[in-house]
Amino acid sequence: MEHPYIPNAVPEVKASMLAATGAADIEEFYADIPESLRLRRPLDLPPPLRGEAELVRHVGGLLDRNTSTRDALSFLGGGCYAHHVPAVCDEVNSRSEFLTAYAGEPYEDHGRFQALWEYQSLMGELLEMDVVNVPVYDGFQATATALRMAARITGRGRVALATPIDPDLRSKLDDYLKGAVTLGGPVDGDDLAAVYIGYPTFLGVVDPRIPSHVEAAHAAGGLAVVGCDPIGLGVLAPPSSFGADIVCGDIQSLGMHPQYGGGHAGFIATRDEERFVEEFPSRLFGLVPTTVDGEYGFGDVAYERTSFARREQGKEWVGTAAALWGITAGVYLALMGPTGMRELGEGLMARCRHLKDLLAGIDGIEIPDAGLPHLKEFVVTFTGRTVAEVNAALRERGIFGGHDLSEDFPHLGRSALYCVTELHTKADLDRLAAELKEVLA
Amino acid sequence: MTGEIAPKPPLRRYHAARWDEPLLFELSQPGQRGILPPALEPGLAADAADELPAALRRERPAALPELAQNAVLRHYLRLSQENLGADLNIDIGQGTCTMKYSPKVNDRLVAGHKLAALHPRQDDETAQGVLEILWRLERMLAEISGMDRVSLQPGAGSAAIWTNVAMIRAYHESRGEGHRDQVITTIFSHPSNAACAKTAGYEVITLYPDADGYPDLDALKAAVSDRTAALLITNPEDTGIFNPRIAEFVEAVHAVGGLACYDQANANGVLGITRARDAGFDLCHFNLHKTFSTPHACGGPAAGACGVSAELVPFLPRPTVEFDGERYFLDDDRPESVGKVRPFTGVAPNLVRAYSWIASLGAEGLREVAEIAVLNNNYLMTQMLKIRGISAPYAKGRRRIEQVRYSWEELAEETGVHSEDLGHRAADYGVHYWTSHHPYVVPEPATLEPTESYSKRDLDEYVAIMNAVAEEAYADPETVRTAPHRSSVHLNKEETLDDAGAWAVTWRAYRRKNAER
Repeated sequence: MEHPYIPNAVPEVKASMLAATGAADIEEFYADIPESLRLRRPLDLPPPLRGEAELVRHVGGLLDRNTSTRDALSFLGGGCYAHHVPAVCDEVNSRSEFLTAYAGEPYEDHGRFQALWEYQSLMGELLEMDVVNVPVYDGFQATATALRMAARITGRGRVALATPIDPDLRSKLDDYLKGAVTLGGPVDGDDLAAVYIGYPTFLGVVDPRIPSHVEAAHAAGGLAVVGCDPIGLGVLAPPSSFGADIVCGDIQSLGMHPQYGGGHAGFIATRDEERFVEEFPSRLFGLVPTTVDGEYGFGDVAYERTSFARREQGKEWVGTAAALWGITAGVYLALMGPTGMRELGEGLMARCRHLKDLLAGIDGIEIPDAGLPHLKEFVVTFTGRTVAEVNAALRERGIFGGHDLSEDFPHLGRSALYCVTELHTKADLDRLAAELKEVLA
Repeated sequence: MTGEIAPKPPLRRYHAARWDEPLLFELSQPGQRGILPPALEPGLAADAADELPAALRRERPAALPELAQNAVLRHYLRLSQENLGADLNIDIGQGTCTMKYSPKVNDRLVAGHKLAALHPRQDDETAQGVLEILWRLERMLAEISGMDRVSLQPGAGSAAIWTNVAMIRAYHESRGEGHRDQVITTIFSHPSNAACAKTAGYEVITLYPDADGYPDLDALKAAVSDRTAALLITNPEDTGIFNPRIAEFVEAVHAVGGLACYDQANANGVLGITRARDAGFDLCHFNLHKTFSTPHACGGPAAGACGVSAELVPFLPRPTVEFDGERYFLDDDRPESVGKVRPFTGVAPNLVRAYSWIASLGAEGLREVAEIAVLNNNYLMTQMLKIRGISAPYAKGRRRIEQVRYSWEELAEETGVHSEDLGHRAADYGVHYWTSHHPYVVPEPATLEPTESYSKRDLDEYVAIMNAVAEEAYADPETVRTAPHRSSVHLNKEETLDDAGAWAVTWRAYRRKNAER
């Protein structure tokens, strides 16, 4: 069968290659597989769509049945965000050289090493921390590993949670930390490895008490692990400024499309101390000289930490994760620069404030944390209708309402998490308020 | 002047792009802008950030570089040119990683807003297209592995291994057998099998190969006990040798109440030939960026898939994708689930790419993929073994499945040139070459895996390059040892990478540590 993806399927080629190997047929290569394990029937799969046009019609047709956040006016957030993606980000990450490379050496893949080292460096400036890893899979993995790192560094086994967290993150932590770290309890005690603080919290609040949680953890001899969305750090103080020891989170906001959850990548940052660095499971690229004076080379810092080097003797485990999104986040920060990040943060807070004010004035809506600062997300409580009812009505009007919190945060009542981005115009926000007023009337 | 310029030699006169590209920070010009965020419209409060308490308000701007847009673009395009992607080379030197062709049409399919701008918290009614693709992909992978259900949530291969270990742990705990505290793996299985098991709290027992290169069945039988939680094993292992007694391995573990978990990182050569479930495995995983063609992306995003038998289904990560005959939906109500291993439902664009790749090939095509990959591998081995100083340890005279772990031991002894040096020199010809995972059980290793993607002409060229490099190791070892010569940069001086006082993970650390010098 001559398929465009299989050049040597051409019968003459196949025959000449078989002859070179001295094999009578391809079956001979499978001689080690016992007959009892052989599948002697064709796989039961749909008939192939070998032509590219037919494939596009089929797959594209299925995807066209989705209603995207471009088709609707969306206020969804909760860990995945539809920020603007600069064209240069997409241009760079769709380059063949980056998209299709893998694990080349620092020589044939010099570009990948430099771009990822620069990503680490750009994040380092945003966070004002000296060590940032090559991305892990996502913010959940980064958080889980950051907490295990804190436990290894302190030799203690409990992490206190100072702020409400994403129930899905909690689920990840419960399983990943099992047997190594327990979660909960006070920010105190000689068993306290760390306090974990969301900045902003999962419910969108920039909690003024955060520095005091950091102080309390330090007073108990523990570390402060701060989870943050770096998109806000043009206006929010870097967590290191109020004493965070480990900062972690997701970089999806920095130049990745939402992609139904496919745009995630996690970062972990620490101070440049050996006791921290030696506990990273992830790759850490470092700048080195080469045999030519003035040339920059790059390699792996403290590689012996990793499971690549020492299997189960390494720290946790490392594998293919989300490097291309690290490169992309680097492009994003390089484009934004210090002024862009500040303006973006101010713009998010301004839109968030405007929507809070609008919604607070609608009968049937309360904003429980109205008095606290929010970056881009906040809780909206409906005093009459359920969130499901409100969202169904909004959907009919081409709007995706906020993520329903009613089941996961029952003490908040009928509440939803609303998210704004810099892409929302004032008219968009006014439209949401007008539609909500009608829906709730 | 005639005669001074040599004619074109038989091998490519490759030279990597050498832009001597400065660091981004060195290109900064204060005041330049790369992109402007949307302006604040009248009526929006420009001073909203003043709500922040002083301690949480950024005092000084981040010391990010300031560059005009085309300066950023040019910098990264130059770096991209200093990177050798699979699209540009005969990428068969990263054996075990299945560097096959990633069809461009699949990249196009996932770039549109119908997937790229889809939010994972959208109501299922608005995501029926992607949910149907996930549902269909699960069924395809279930058929290919013989398993009952498949989770598409893990972010890549190692995350899939972790997910399987988590399910193994939950399964035993659910049966009151939490005392099982040992996991057995083999030295030629990926390091993450050992490392994930350890992270989950297991003691790791590693089996070494017998004289034929197979993991030692007697050693397994001596290792299993009522403490055994599972066997994590690859087949064919990274040597490319298929273990014909694999069903006996599975039986030995089952006999003591343990589970058998199949790392199918090397599945490409056995698609439609043999299946995990048919050998008795309880769990398995695929790397969709390997066998199922999604691009490797400099090391992710990738995608993993975990297949399980009916007994393990309750422990799958949540949510699962279900179909009630009319609509597709996410089922989060799974009380015995290990929970979330990643946000939302997985790396959706790569799941769509993998679906699209399988859809293009169908059953006959997948079988052709496997057969041609195996033909390519055995052809390549035949040709590589003609090169001076190389060998294929274990199972002498036997065929291999998907890749071969070679040894340059003889060449190293005769020339003092190491496998790693050969790789550096191969880079001068525009190809990539990898040694193998640590530890080097095979001395001076190299692992080649040609997949189905490369033509005979491609394979012949790769062999010619490796032959030239090996011959040069004998004739002029110094040139090989000091390679690369035609790369973007020269050999690293790596001493500082393990020196806490000097290593530099960021520009700010580099400047701090070098300020006094």
